[in-house]
Amino acid sequence: MADVVKVFRTWSSPFALRVIWALQLKGVEYETIFEDITNKSPLLLQYNPTYKQVPVLVHNGKPILESLVILEYIEETWKENPLLPEDPYERATTRFWAKFGDDKLVPSVRGVLMTQGKEQEEGIPVVIETLKLIEEQLKGKKFFGGETIGFLDIALGWTANLMCVFEEVTGIKFLDAETFPLLSAWIENFSDVSVIKQNWPPRDKLVLKFQAAREKCLAEAATK
Amino acid sequence: MADEVILLDFWPSPFGMRVRVALAEKGIEYEYKEENLSDKSPLLLKMNPVKKQIPVLIHNGKPVCESLIIVRYIDEVWKHKSPLLPSDAYQRAHAMFWADYVDKKIYSLARQVWLSSGEEHEAGKNELMGCFKLLEGELGDKTYFGDDTFGIVDVALIPFYSWFYMFEQCGNMSIEAECPKLVAWGKRCMEKESVSKSLPDQHKVYDLLMDLKKKFLAK
Repeated sequence: MADVVKVFRTWSSPFALRVIWALQLKGVEYETIFEDITNKSPLLLQYNPTYKQVPVLVHNGKPILESLVILEYIEETWKENPLLPEDPYERATTRFWAKFGDDKLVPSVRGVLMTQGKEQEEGIPVVIETLKLIEEQLKGKKFFGGETIGFLDIALGWTANLMCVFEEVTGIKFLDAETFPLLSAWIENFSDVSVIKQNWPPRDKLVLKFQAAREKCLAEAATK
Repeated sequence: MADEVILLDFWPSPFGMRVRVALAEKGIEYEYKEENLSDKSPLLLKMNPVKKQIPVLIHNGKPVCESLIIVRYIDEVWKHKSPLLPSDAYQRAHAMFWADYVDKKIYSLARQVWLSSGEEHEAGKNELMGCFKLLEGELGDKTYFGDDTFGIVDVALIPFYSWFYMFEQCGNMSIEAECPKLVAWGKRCMEKESVSKSLPDQHKVYDLLMDLKKKFLAK
């Protein structure tokens, strides 16, 4: 029986993009269901009652949730183009940095994107320090996965297009080529991979979306 | 060559307890090193330079960090005994989802109940109970979260059982009254030697947490 694979996503979700990239890299056919976050479908709420979020992967009717969990499921289910190393120690290291990206980089970037004045100023060194730790993981490598993209490239891949969107929205430069030569090269190489290139959401739409999100956040903070 | 396994830990840490339980489940011999978190050892700082946190598992000189990542590593390396994850990919994803849920939710709420006051405390307490109820729903009538087998979700959550007395005292709540199945599960897990030898006594934990709270509030 043929596999039926569906992905619930939004046009902009960087976490959903991880799932798309992994499926396409492994040549898995899937159907996309675009969600409107302001008006979530009953099906999404049924599949993800805990978090009510995208992405959700549904494989033969069974839902898998949380993008990094979904990536591991995809890796275990479709064996073409393995994304994780075989060695348990290297797998642990990969998982550590993927978690680090989500636990540290995402909130630190959000901390600058959604604030202003002193609070924003204080947030910038945190982003820089976090990026420096990530940059070190690229030493001697083209991609985090080595010669080809792997699990960690996919987990951190959102930085390759969103960081410059955030830079435009805030007017702050995070990722300059002089301070981050390895990350800058990685962004170019990563963005050049066809599966990555063909799936970027439209940049101008992203800028507008995050500009609006920032304004809304600042307005809410001002009323407190 | 015999494996050399060292665990850098702090006795009341729920994250450290997860690793202790996993090592005990697999019958792995290891050296336990107690860390003083206000005076971290050079070894800890060398082995976990990024987060500077326990637990750290050092296996033949190589460090593995982050408790659930360590538990998965242990499961993958010592794979022939007491598997902590199901063999079916979908069930594995289901287990990892709930282990991740425990990771995302429980500690930060536990901290709120432990350290905060007023509205923040009230909110933390209510949300924590909400999480326990959700977890109890997921457990259902199963023996363990892993169904008949003690697995990664059990390993992720059981350390917080040693913090239940603190939750009840600080939160002025009865977990048994609101989540009887969860408490019954906790007691069942404690009947396993791998758990009872890895978790400290609830009153001992409470005393230490209250000491730390005094220091925290004094700052």
